Amino acid sequence: MSKDFARPTRNPAAPGVADEEAAGPEIRPTNEMSAGERLRLIESMRPEDAETVPELHAVDVPDKLRERIEAAMSKYPEIRSAALPALWAVQHHYGWCTREGLRQAAAVMGVTPGYLESLATFYDLFRTSPVGRHQVLVCHNISCWLRGADDLLSAFCEAAGADAHEADHGGVSSPDGELFVKGFECLGACDIAPMASIDGRYYGPLDADDARTAVEQLRAGAEVLPDKALANLPAAGGPEPDPDPRVKAAEGA
Amino acid sequence: MPETRLLFRRVDEPELASIDTYRRLGGYRSLERAFRDMEAEELLGLLEESGLRGRGGAGFSMGKKASFLPRGEMSKYLCCNADESEPGTFKDRELMQKNPHQLIEGIAIAALAAGAGWAFVFIRGEYAEVADILDRAVADAYEAGYLGENILGTGSRVEVVVHRGAGAYICGEETALLDSLEGKRGNPRLKPPFPAIQGLYGGPTLINNVETLSNVPHIVANGAEWFKGFGTEQSPGTKVVSVSGCVQRPGNYEIELGIPSRELIYGLAGGPPEGREVKAWFPGGSSAPVLTAAELDLPYSFEAMADAGSMLGSGAIIVADDSVSIPELALRTARFYHHESCGKCTPCREGTNWTVKMLERVISGEATPMDLDIIASVQENIIGHCLCVLGDSMAMPVGSMVEKFRDEFEAAIEAGRAAAPRPLDESTTDARPVPLGVSA
Ligand SMILES: Cc1cc2nc3c(=O)[nH]c(=O)nc-3n(C[C@H](O)[C@H](O)[C@H](O)COP(=O)(O)O)c2cc1C
Ligand code: SF4
Ligand code: FES
Repeated sequence: MSKDFARPTRNPAAPGVADEEAAGPEIRPTNEMSAGERLRLIESMRPEDAETVPELHAVDVPDKLRERIEAAMSKYPEIRSAALPALWAVQHHYGWCTREGLRQAAAVMGVTPGYLESLATFYDLFRTSPVGRHQVLVCHNISCWLRGADDLLSAFCEAAGADAHEADHGGVSSPDGELFVKGFECLGACDIAPMASIDGRYYGPLDADDARTAVEQLRAGAEVLPDKALANLPAAGGPEPDPDPRVKAAEGA
Repeated sequence: MPETRLLFRRVDEPELASIDTYRRLGGYRSLERAFRDMEAEELLGLLEESGLRGRGGAGFSMGKKASFLPRGEMSKYLCCNADESEPGTFKDRELMQKNPHQLIEGIAIAALAAGAGWAFVFIRGEYAEVADILDRAVADAYEAGYLGENILGTGSRVEVVVHRGAGAYICGEETALLDSLEGKRGNPRLKPPFPAIQGLYGGPTLINNVETLSNVPHIVANGAEWFKGFGTEQSPGTKVVSVSGCVQRPGNYEIELGIPSRELIYGLAGGPPEGREVKAWFPGGSSAPVLTAAELDLPYSFEAMADAGSMLGSGAIIVADDSVSIPELALRTARFYHHESCGKCTPCREGTNWTVKMLERVISGEATPMDLDIIASVQENIIGHCLCVLGDSMAMPVGSMVEKFRDEFEAAIEAGRAAAPRPLDESTTDARPVPLGVSA
């Protein structure tokens, strides 16, 4: 079925006009289009349609966001290195990498919004669509799987009212918008398997009851599983043996 | 056999992560000595002489790598690889979380040796808590004059920046790490040029793992001979080994390289749960070909693991006991690499995809024993044909599982077919043939 795409009118954005309005109709090739539609859309694009670097004076950037990005830019010998910190700042500010947020960050950094978007879609921790308020990443990699990660993920999903299959294939938000649950690759804490990262903090080993409790605590805005927080656990290897004589001698010296 | 704690010495000391405690226990003396009394060449010689091998995966001599950097005045960089995303590995996390100053001291000394004025710690974005600890420690080290423009008044300069990644295993690969640090997507670069010649921002760059750099203060303090007194001739020093999976006491254990692997798995980590036996184990993260119960008495060292056809890798042992299905283990392993492939090279992008699909078929009963040969040949066609070793990192363990546990794959295929029978004639006469092989 053919569909006619008007020639995209992405630019320029007038000052104060929201990104979406300025951009006109959606002109991105998406997965919903057939191959032919995508091809025609891409063929219709002209060099002058290319997104340019937004002018900083034409974009309204919240002060906090701008400060954070500029602080990051000042830390590196080359400012492009601040791209990931800038995306973190956008995600922190808006909860996800909104198109308006990307445009603001792009204006501060002097790059195109598309450049930042290409990064946001590459890295697993950036969200490019709205998600639940609290992020629960449940590790489903080998060591956690060997210790019951699949059941843990199901328990989180059940408690959150979210679909477990979707959670394991890209992540899913709970209907109340409070949680975003996602099966994740090894989080580097197999010592506390099966484990989860909740709002950036690590917890484990967790069972189905812990999952239910954590979800309740998140919904109530309470502290999450204090006894299971990795930050509060001792080193996993057990108590320290007597020091090796060679180490002891070196320390005495 | 007990642990030999050097890097993890006093790991449970409260406040070890604070600069005052670290200093009270003798910390930063190596840095003072290096910056006040030693020349870069002397440090390079010492590191090379110590035989310290990289702890990030490849096991290359650290001193040698550092000495590849060109001499003279130019912008050179040091990158500490704290991306730690190899499944089963959690040693760097604990090293940074418990003793961040040991790492910072090592970074500053290594930067001096390499002539690098800037050092970046590339830490995976998931380690947000640990990154906060590092930020704090770096700020304290600046304040104490151990970092900055004029370290301890000697005129030497090392700036340290903690850089948070954002979730991509491939960024642990050193050239992808550089691209990511330059603000790009983390795609590996073609080598040569090697980072030691042309790395970050085009300048010579030394890249080392957290554990490698954490060893540096100890070598400077006690000398190369002392360091070589630990471990084996070819694998000197201690190694922090992350043991996880089907063991009773998962955790990080610091041992002298060369002790029997059985000691680690049974002695320290407690072995599999009561009544269970080890069936297969990854000796060096999920990228290492698996070994079997018959190989438990091998010494745990770079050379012994290589001789056994596997590798010490990141030093992470994952144990699967006899209740674990190897085809399912292979599928879990393959899925990870499929998800993390950056997509730049065809054998890796397509090969990981096919391997996942075929292993799914083995488990769902749609495969035939012939498919095992196809799985094996897909692995062979990945190995050595990609830009970086991510593709190989799936091909090697999956290939080893099919090779060593072929019976189990065949039994899984049979069981799957019995559960979901598809008569042979139907599959040949059906208008829509049952998909078989890679052409499906
Ligand atoms: C796909 C892939 C992932 C890697 N991940 C890591 C990692 O997370 N941490 C690490 O230190 N090295 C990792 N490496 C190895 C690095 O490329 C590099 O060899 C290492 O950081 C060098 O440090 P070393 O000499 O101190 O070991 C990885 C390599 C590949 C191919
Ligand atoms: S081997 Fe895989 S991960 Fe490595 S560069 Fe090629 S496609 Fe990317
Ligand atoms: S496998 Fe789950 S944290 Fe490593």
